[in-house]
Amino acid sequence: MSALLSLISLISTTSFWVATLRIATPLLFGTLGEVLCERAGVLNLGIEGIMTLGAMAGWLVVYQGSGLWWGVAFAAILGAGVGLVHSLLTVRLGVSQHVTGIGITLLTINAAYFVYRMALPQVTSPPKIIPFSPWPIPGLSRLPFLGETLFTQPPLTYLSLLLVPLMAYILYRTPLGLAVRMVGENPQAAASQGIPVYAVRTGAVMVGSALMAVAGAFLTLSAFDAFFFNIVNGRGWICIALVVFAAWDPWRALGGALLFAGFDALQLRLQQLWGSRIPYQFFLMLPYLLSIVALILVSRHTKAPRALLIPFRPEERI
Amino acid sequence: MARLELSRRDFCLRSGAFVAGLMGSRWLVRDAAVAQGTRLKVAGVYTVPIEQQWVSRIHKALMAAQERGDIDYTWSESVSNTDYPRVLRQYAESGVQLLVGEVFGVEREAREVAKDYPKVSFLMGSSLKPDPALSNFAVFDNYIHEPSYLTGMVAGGLTRSQIIGMVGGYPIPEVNRLMNAFMAGARELQPEAKFLVTFIGSWFDPPKAKEAAFAQIDAGADILYAERFGVSDAAKERGVLAIGNVIDTQPDYPETVVVSALWHMEPTIDRAIAAVKAGEFKAEDYGIYSMMKYGGSSLSDWGTFADKVPAELKAKVMQRQAEILAGSFVVAIDDSEPKSTL
Repeated sequence: MSALLSLISLISTTSFWVATLRIATPLLFGTLGEVLCERAGVLNLGIEGIMTLGAMAGWLVVYQGSGLWWGVAFAAILGAGVGLVHSLLTVRLGVSQHVTGIGITLLTINAAYFVYRMALPQVTSPPKIIPFSPWPIPGLSRLPFLGETLFTQPPLTYLSLLLVPLMAYILYRTPLGLAVRMVGENPQAAASQGIPVYAVRTGAVMVGSALMAVAGAFLTLSAFDAFFFNIVNGRGWICIALVVFAAWDPWRALGGALLFAGFDALQLRLQQLWGSRIPYQFFLMLPYLLSIVALILVSRHTKAPRALLIPFRPEERI
Repeated sequence: MARLELSRRDFCLRSGAFVAGLMGSRWLVRDAAVAQGTRLKVAGVYTVPIEQQWVSRIHKALMAAQERGDIDYTWSESVSNTDYPRVLRQYAESGVQLLVGEVFGVEREAREVAKDYPKVSFLMGSSLKPDPALSNFAVFDNYIHEPSYLTGMVAGGLTRSQIIGMVGGYPIPEVNRLMNAFMAGARELQPEAKFLVTFIGSWFDPPKAKEAAFAQIDAGADILYAERFGVSDAAKERGVLAIGNVIDTQPDYPETVVVSALWHMEPTIDRAIAAVKAGEFKAEDYGIYSMMKYGGSSLSDWGTFADKVPAELKAKVMQRQAEILAGSFVVAIDDSEPKSTL
């Protein structure tokens, strides 16, 4: 009983929710990026590498003296470039999306490490930048509870939250969104309507990859102030799972990212509370375990975009 | 003006010969130096990047030895454990005389490599003891529990909430030893102190370490033991204090890091280099050269906190330090996993 009470008091603190939003931000960017790619019918397993590249490139640009927003922009452009490579191979040439994605991840991670080491060959402690600080929104930040949790966040967190309705609107309410969904469901039908399937898929993968790179840049420009090898630490793969959890929907992506981040914030707090009785590994496992349970409960009946993983060949009979 | 007559083939041949000549002369110079016994060929093989606190100390000591002209030093970083034996073999084959690294994840395989190259000396960070049957394989470890104990005293003396936070990567002996000594030191001055212990399951995830530290500050911790990067950042943002570990982080966090327990690899490395040069390298435990008595570890200067730490507390710490150096006070080595005591 007292355990339950302490759990409730933990969850009702503002700091728990602030931490949840902070942990959720990179996951949300990455998941939205992946949702966009997969809605257009292209699985992008390059996500882990694109995040690493974004984390390194964004940070390096700021370290060289540019502004923080230039770092974000540079990461996004670089991410879009990698997305272009991915789509040239998978969309134009119709190569296996799994193999290409893994290849992109291996290539970009190691390219990022290589460039970092070339730029800073003799460092013994990681150089730092001045990261984004929270921007309290005037007026709203004074609200009780909500003000501290929702309206006193760093700018990239606001951006990630704003992206959710924006992407939902574009996907479900605009001709462009219809085209994206259509090339992911039935590219032949889309082509017969005069929709340029290759261009739409390529565009979706590029924008999606740009978002992934921003997810990485958040880690080095906002969550922390230096680049580390392995800093992404599997967050990209979590995003891949969150896309399925979200049933390829931006709003549910927000829910999934918050859920996972909430479990993570919770386990860090539970470790201190019950760490003397339960092995720490159990707590580290908790977010993944609970997310799998949630995945089973929530997403049993969801369907993937029908043309996901299937390259479009106009001359092919179906 | 006479035109330079140079066919493509000619150009290739000439430039090839030039490059070969350059390289050859370089090799000759190096070989001559080694033959005279002036410069030992040393390679470092690390499983993490050289920025990592632990490895940075080894790297620094070897770089210093190279600058002194004692050794020729090359290194490989971020070598995965599965690839580690191969990299060791490659260096051993290439004529390296002393290999330095850390074999916590490949204890058995590294010893197999050492067996195959009896003429090469291996000095490896290891949780195990040296094996007399394997005479070219010596071990070291970061036995800096003594300054950790002293920094623990500082934490115990400074905490007001009586709650001390500790964020670690994994509970392996090298980490536990320091945390336990730190806790013992804190308890000496503050028997009622409570400890929050969090392991993040990664050596390299500063954003996560930072989150863990935030959670501890939320739970009331007012001084943090910064075993990982990221902890001092959280302390700085929230205006609480931190204690450094292995490297001196006070220059980066002048208002946050009170004092650090420093590890110096120089005594270990310099002894190993001398032993190899003298032909006396053997299966030894170099761990003791990380202790304060040998200058292998120390308490950092008070720096920006010189005036902020009460003189009485400083005197107590300094007295303990003197006792440790004199051998009249022994800090216990406890490798068991530390747990939260809240």
